[in-house]
Amino acid sequence: MPLLPPNVSATNFSQAVSQFRAVVGQEWVFTSDDDVALYKDAYSPFWGEKEEILVSAAVAPSTAEEVSQVVRIANTFKIPIYPISTGKNLGYGGSAPNLSGSVVLDLKRLNRIIEVDDKRHFAIVEPGVAYFDLYRHIQEKGLRVQADVPDPGWGSLIGNALDHGVGYGFGGFRDHFYSHCGMEVVLPNGDIVRTGMGALPGAKTWAEYHYGAGPYVDGLFSQGNFGVVTKMGFHLLPAPEAYLTGTVIVPKRNDIIPLVEGGNRLEHAGVIGMPEYGSPLGGFGGPPDPELRSILAKPGGASVAELEQHAETTNRGFFSLTVQFYGGEKVVRAQWEYAKEVFAGIRGVKFNEGDFIKFPATPEQLEKAHKVAIGVPNMSIFTIGARSAFNPSPTDGHLWFSPIIPKSGEAILEAQDVFMKVFRDMNMPSLVSPFSVPATWMFRAFVFIMGLPVYRNNIEQNKKTRELVKHLIQVGAEHGWGEYRTPPAFQQQVTDAYSYNNHALRRLHETLKDAMDPNGIISAGRYGIWPKQMRGQTKV
Amino acid sequence: MWALIGALGVLSMNAVAADAGQIEQGKQVYQYWCWNCHGEGVGKPGTQALTAKYKGSKPAILDQRTDLTPAVTKIFVRKGVSIMPFFRKTEITDAQLDALAAYLAREHAKVQ
Repeated sequence: MPLLPPNVSATNFSQAVSQFRAVVGQEWVFTSDDDVALYKDAYSPFWGEKEEILVSAAVAPSTAEEVSQVVRIANTFKIPIYPISTGKNLGYGGSAPNLSGSVVLDLKRLNRIIEVDDKRHFAIVEPGVAYFDLYRHIQEKGLRVQADVPDPGWGSLIGNALDHGVGYGFGGFRDHFYSHCGMEVVLPNGDIVRTGMGALPGAKTWAEYHYGAGPYVDGLFSQGNFGVVTKMGFHLLPAPEAYLTGTVIVPKRNDIIPLVEGGNRLEHAGVIGMPEYGSPLGGFGGPPDPELRSILAKPGGASVAELEQHAETTNRGFFSLTVQFYGGEKVVRAQWEYAKEVFAGIRGVKFNEGDFIKFPATPEQLEKAHKVAIGVPNMSIFTIGARSAFNPSPTDGHLWFSPIIPKSGEAILEAQDVFMKVFRDMNMPSLVSPFSVPATWMFRAFVFIMGLPVYRNNIEQNKKTRELVKHLIQVGAEHGWGEYRTPPAFQQQVTDAYSYNNHALRRLHETLKDAMDPNGIISAGRYGIWPKQMRGQTKV
Repeated sequence: MWALIGALGVLSMNAVAADAGQIEQGKQVYQYWCWNCHGEGVGKPGTQALTAKYKGSKPAILDQRTDLTPAVTKIFVRKGVSIMPFFRKTEITDAQLDALAAYLAREHAKVQ
């Protein structure tokens, strides 16, 4: 017997499936075991356990009108549905819902690029459009515009933005929800609403001016369960004429403090794109350094003085900041000179000029470049987790732990100490070191992200990973650091921590949920917002 | 008799033409869905993984392989392997998967 949605009879489910088929066509409703298995989370931390989330069916409409009809049918039969865009939110839940038995509303077939304007710099797309698709469209049409892209290029612009996804380019463009403009949303009652200027029939600036008139509601549809987004506008970056990078290297551990202050000053004034902090002493996949390892392995750990001495004798420096400039060649070269002035006061600072590209990039430049920084979608991020000579026994996936910390050097040093202690307390190999730096995708905050392993055939290890994530979330919250995004398995705990004034924000969300979606059909449980009838009962 | 042979000949040519079309379609599916991980060049996680796995005993670039039967391709696409997830039918339809499998098996068929 196939899995049924909670509290839905086999007869009603069968009728609903028949009606779904009448709307979208026989071939776009999936109910066989093999087909619905494709809607599991490929990186589930519960793989093969009874808590693993399974779906009852999937429905794949191709237009907003079909979405509306499917939502109305789901309302009639009180069937929980869970919209996905391209379903590639790996590490944050993939294509699986929060609630087993949900019907996945697969929006991959809504794949139209509605408009791209390279004079006013915006695009309007549907949820099935991947970053690869928009990039290809822009290249084929020769448009002088660039979308900010996240790491894997197969993701949806809309799905990524709605989950508060981020990228690598210039300023606020990196925050993909922040840089969106205007939505078309199918509400839980099937009504199709357009937000901002889009509410004005014949509007000329739907994807350019956010607000229209009246309350701004777009935020409800991000990480939420108040509707199904079927179109969205995005602000785009004018394609730059040139790109230049430079690296600033500082010798002492505490130099991270003035380094970040300088980076903030440059970034918040619009001089640089994404700042990339690092440490010449350690980082992702770097070659092992036996001497450094022996220093770190000393009983009680290494002292700061020993680490700084090692940085000095190996002439590498302790921390680094790579700055990126976009614009005309004269401008980016002048900006690099100015940036060097900003950091000149740090004793012992060194500067290395990096890559320079005058667009269009040559194939050799493109091959060598950090592609996402220049708006070229690709899949190279997965080389970190894929099998390699350094990584002969890869995991089957990962979860992200993504706490937001302040954009300061002090916060980096504190986060290192706090999270290293978590690993020591749990007697686990630490993913954090005195050289760890945060990701800098957010424009006004850091995210001290860690990838934790998951396996398809190692339940014990998955349990350890889950316990570790829970502990990290708890410790982070105790220090005022909340996650910006998390897999469904941890959304309850993460949002429980946002508890100011006896969970006033949760209560507001629930009030809105009850008003907009009284049958609780859309994305039950997403980010801790459950339908009234399941509240307090369903905890993952 | 000659008419029958002629008819078979036409059928056979049609079959060959259909196969060529399917293989061409499969190549397009490969370039859209597979190449970004399994193609040539740096930053291709699939190619990196197969280089480490086979250590030169088989080509690391997927569409240079001569040992991929259609059944093998279909299992990997629908079940995933390691960090490669499985692909839904809204991404790669059964017909597209048949074409992809035919494309990746085109050299295998010749070897056989």
